[in-house]
Amino acid sequence: MATRAMDRALAYDVERVRRDFPVLSRTAHGKPLVYLDNAATSQKPRVVIDAIRDYYERYNSNVHRGVHTLSEEATQAFEAARAKARAFVNAERAEEIVFVRGTTEAINLVAATHGRTRVHAGDEVVISAMEHHSNIVPWQMLCDEKSARLRVIPMNDRGELDLVAYEKLLGPRTKIVALAYVANSIGTINPLREMARAAHAHGATVVVDAAQAAPHLAIDVRALDADFLALSSHKMYGPMGIGILYGKYALLDAMPPYQGGGDMILSVTFEKTTYNHVPHKFEAGTPNVADAIGFGAAIDYVTGLGLEAIAAYEHELLEYGTQALSAIPGLRLVGTARDKATILSFLVDGIHPHDLGTILDREGIAVRTGHHCAQPVMDRFGVPATARASLGLYNTKAEIDALAAGIRRAVEVFR
Amino acid sequence: MSAELRQLYQEVLIDHAKRPRNFREQGAGAVTVEGYNPLCGDRIRLYVSRDDGQLRDLSFTGSGCAISTASASMMTEALKGKTAAEAEALAERFHRLVTAAVDAAVDEEGLGKLAIFAGVREFPVRVKCATLAWHSLRSALHGDAAVVSTE
Repeated sequence: MATRAMDRALAYDVERVRRDFPVLSRTAHGKPLVYLDNAATSQKPRVVIDAIRDYYERYNSNVHRGVHTLSEEATQAFEAARAKARAFVNAERAEEIVFVRGTTEAINLVAATHGRTRVHAGDEVVISAMEHHSNIVPWQMLCDEKSARLRVIPMNDRGELDLVAYEKLLGPRTKIVALAYVANSIGTINPLREMARAAHAHGATVVVDAAQAAPHLAIDVRALDADFLALSSHKMYGPMGIGILYGKYALLDAMPPYQGGGDMILSVTFEKTTYNHVPHKFEAGTPNVADAIGFGAAIDYVTGLGLEAIAAYEHELLEYGTQALSAIPGLRLVGTARDKATILSFLVDGIHPHDLGTILDREGIAVRTGHHCAQPVMDRFGVPATARASLGLYNTKAEIDALAAGIRRAVEVFR
Repeated sequence: MSAELRQLYQEVLIDHAKRPRNFREQGAGAVTVEGYNPLCGDRIRLYVSRDDGQLRDLSFTGSGCAISTASASMMTEALKGKTAAEAEALAERFHRLVTAAVDAAVDEEGLGKLAIFAGVREFPVRVKCATLAWHSLRSALHGDAAVVSTE
């Protein structure tokens, strides 16, 4: 790690950060809450909660239509959130940001619009072996509909994609390459810049699932040269029910609409409808204004802390956590990629992950157990499920110690 | 460890989870049902052989957590030699045992060792683990769908 990043990690005041999150002061089963399920959803800082309350208390109104004061204020705040999202992913224009419910909806939108016009019989869509179900099923549906073929990039035992195999999968039939930036089940960070370049050399569209990357990495759609990129607010300390689809302007402009309705039109007669411009063309109906504004507050919050500082601090946590867990006899980490986010998936000899999850819960420790909506990943590693501790910007080494102690106690129960 | 955890993970449960009884396949004569808990990925295959209205042999294979494995193991032991009607009645009693309110008095009569599953009431999300084998049993007795899901 660079010295500068090290200095930032040292300067990072996690205790102060923790005070920004009201829920972290609660207990579970009489023990201080140790929240290690951030990959499922993160907790929200007070500024996000306040922004949503403020909207409902002071200027709740529909956007893009009323001439009155409240509507104008709501529209301004909503569009300001879009501008923040633009900056967050370093898009060129705010119009390239479409508000959606979350990553799942964003991927479905791309599959149903760009996908339907781009993919035909005999074509191929390439995904990877470590995708979340939300970046598998929409493409499977598209391939079924179009008699196209879904190809899968394999991964090695560490949980890293096989880039040689990837290059071989690409060809003139490849129309779309859809990839996770960070794998939700095992934490691998994929070398997307390189992979996008290879896809583009074959004329394929690159779709990035950045749901798990957003809370951990500085995202730069232009540096990645991503054609589309999807992320969810709730994984990055914002509210649920809102997320964004980034798309290159020319692509969005050429795409047919996703849903029809209000706000996505310029004019409607019974004979003909003229669609609104990008991004409104894809935002039919009243949007989730409050949560978009809350999302904007979350973006301000993480950029205020600095994504580099967050990444440096989390890297420290990852190293500490990897060591602490590896030291437990009978514990096996699933996913040991060289480039990883703070996601620790693991198995303990003789203890099923669900039993482990229940025992840890009674210690106040929240982990996820199961297949993490990535059943093919579980199959690849030959396990039915794992326990997963996913850490965020407010977690501490002391919490990792609590996790390790909890696991050791569970081992005692099952000895 | 909390009292509730101790109540749930009793020695007998852990013993059955680690060394499940009747953990084997059966030949073509047996009725076979798949039980699946999509939430957790627990999966069992239950085999039931019947003879003159009696459950002559029950066994299972698959993978799951301690609770679902122990439940399947103890169920196969408890039901051997019972009639279908007796098995149904026990399934009903078991279901009442694990779904009753935490503080409700439960009639443990006839449940024998199965009464330890009362401990699962403290853990509502784990009730499905305890009932997976029993759902599969009911389906085997009724000749319903080959795959039973707890969802």
